[in-house]
Amino acid sequence: MLEIQNLHAKAGDTDVLRGVDLTVRAGEVHAIMGPNGSGKSTLAHVLAGRPGYTVTQGRVLYRGRDLLALAPEERAREGVFLAFQYPVEIPGVSNVYFLKAALNAIRKHRGEPELDAVDFLGIVREKAQLVDIDEALVKRAVNEGFSGGEKKRNEIFQMAVLEPTLAILDETDSGLDIDALRIVASGVNRLRRPERAMVVVTHYQRLLNYIVPDFVHVLVEGRIVRSGGKEMAFELDERGYTWLEKEPAPVGRGQS
Amino acid sequence: MTAVAMETDAYRASFERFAASARSEPSWLRERRTMAMARFVERGFPGPRDEAWRHTPIAPLVRARFEAADPAARPDADTVEGLGFGSDGPRVVIVNGRFSHMLSSSGPARAGVDILPLGEALARRPELEAHLGVVTGESASVFCDLNTAFAEDGAAVLLAPGTTLEEPIHVAHVQVTDGRPTVAYTRTLVVAGRGSQCRIVESFAGPDERTYLTNAVTEVHVGPNGRVDHYKLQREGREAFHVATLVARLQRDARFADHAISLGAVLSRNDIEVRFEGEGGECVLNGLFLVNGKRLTDTHSRIDHIRPHCSSRELYKGVLDQQARGVFNGLIVVRRGAQKTDAWQTNKNLLLSKDALVHSTPQLEILADDVKCKHGSTTGQIDPAALFYLRSRGIAEAAARSLLTHAFASDLVRRLEVASLREAVERHLQAYLPGGAEIREAVA
Repeated sequence: MLEIQNLHAKAGDTDVLRGVDLTVRAGEVHAIMGPNGSGKSTLAHVLAGRPGYTVTQGRVLYRGRDLLALAPEERAREGVFLAFQYPVEIPGVSNVYFLKAALNAIRKHRGEPELDAVDFLGIVREKAQLVDIDEALVKRAVNEGFSGGEKKRNEIFQMAVLEPTLAILDETDSGLDIDALRIVASGVNRLRRPERAMVVVTHYQRLLNYIVPDFVHVLVEGRIVRSGGKEMAFELDERGYTWLEKEPAPVGRGQS
Repeated sequence: MTAVAMETDAYRASFERFAASARSEPSWLRERRTMAMARFVERGFPGPRDEAWRHTPIAPLVRARFEAADPAARPDADTVEGLGFGSDGPRVVIVNGRFSHMLSSSGPARAGVDILPLGEALARRPELEAHLGVVTGESASVFCDLNTAFAEDGAAVLLAPGTTLEEPIHVAHVQVTDGRPTVAYTRTLVVAGRGSQCRIVESFAGPDERTYLTNAVTEVHVGPNGRVDHYKLQREGREAFHVATLVARLQRDARFADHAISLGAVLSRNDIEVRFEGEGGECVLNGLFLVNGKRLTDTHSRIDHIRPHCSSRELYKGVLDQQARGVFNGLIVVRRGAQKTDAWQTNKNLLLSKDALVHSTPQLEILADDVKCKHGSTTGQIDPAALFYLRSRGIAEAAARSLLTHAFASDLVRRLEVASLREAVERHLQAYLPGGAEIREAVA
């Protein structure tokens, strides 16, 4: 589904990604771990098309197409979803109605009929229950006055509504207490599907107790220096990242 | 002789003809006209070195030879339809500065409420001598003086003490031109007695693609414990000049609010002055301007805290596109002895293009020592983080921009408590923003 080949990217003038290779197939959950500044979030942003980054080498194929050639909204319509590390507060824009506009843009792109308000509110109700978020909350202005945990839950709620093919979760666990983390993770787990892939970017192993990945990759200085199964996360948790920073060869994908 | 002096000469000559014409009006009014004209001749039009007009070049307005708009002209049916009156409340239509009996309807008679042609009110009500042209007083701009000199009619809204009018009063000022550049002087006088209460919606409209000038003055007197909510919708034609003065004088515990929505005209200027002449007064000044092309809109406000224990809240927002220019100058004066003043002023501007420009100058002048005053000004572009957030969900860039622009403006639109006005502004916004109709319901 997703093939990242020798991806190099700059954030502003700084080289951040220095040759990332990664292959993700439908149904798989990949965890990207790494120390601060290793390029984890940059990778997530480049995949979603955030302005401010320049890809200098390499390519990204998503379902056989050149992902990097698409505008952010086109990627979303093709099924790419980014759960933000820092969801943006947008006063004056209704969360559910903007989501309705987004879902209808995606449906239109797929050649499906647009949903009316009644059908859409049915979906809102169902998905709000799925990720255990207050329906009143999701009807407010986008993230306005939400707590940190509510913002993260809203991200997962949006993901549930938009039903992406490839979900990228950027540090979804950061700033969450253990109860909020459990709720967010169980929401994510309920969205695991054989036809859906997930890339979970995290600094801490803790999240992976709840969202169990198929593969774990360690990103250091803009390169994947080690890949393994879920048990590798525990090793990282015990030993930290420093010992890996000397690892030489970048490794593509897991042990399958 | 300089060009500027020639300009004042033309006005003086037409004033001499005007003063010689046989009109039955009280002598105090004639005197006030003469004095206003004398002040205008003495001062002349402001130039670029005049601080209050530094960013607003009025040369095209000064150069244009405006002739008096035909007092007998009638707007066509489409124009009247386009005024967008709600079904609620009395309505007044002023055409080329004249109260139109044919188009106005005062609705059922209400005890204590008089809505009259201004000319008639001035002739019949000697007590109005204490109100007309008094509020505007010495600090009046030359345009206000020209209005005092030339305005013959308009609307008078007189509320007896203790009267509450639930329905909003609509006053629509329309200019009808015959192709030549014309000027209409129009005036609104509101006198709200002790403990009375009303809402007034003034709107301004005229033809697109015609050069004309509207010179409007609105004076509001709010008696003790009275309340007046004033709304202004300026949607003049695209080539129009609009110069307006609003002055409100508040007695003890009086409340006044003004919501100014500026959408039209190639050049518009609002001078607003609020004077707290008694303790415990409250005022709200809200404004939204939306300009594009090479148009300019300018608001100068002055809130004068003369007496203690008064509060003022001012929020102005501007949305500027293409090569548009905006000017906001907000002065809050707290006089010596006006203790416990609570004043708050904010101006926020959204620039949608690199070539748009706004001059924002909030000013405080505080001569008392026990006051709470705050002011601020921000000017920026669409937040790139919010834009990316919306796009990352599948919203097209143009629609996302419209959504964020609408969100910026909408908190002021929501504060319009007259439904027909709020809907008219909402419709304008949707027509103005690309993809406005599609994003309609996404507005929180």
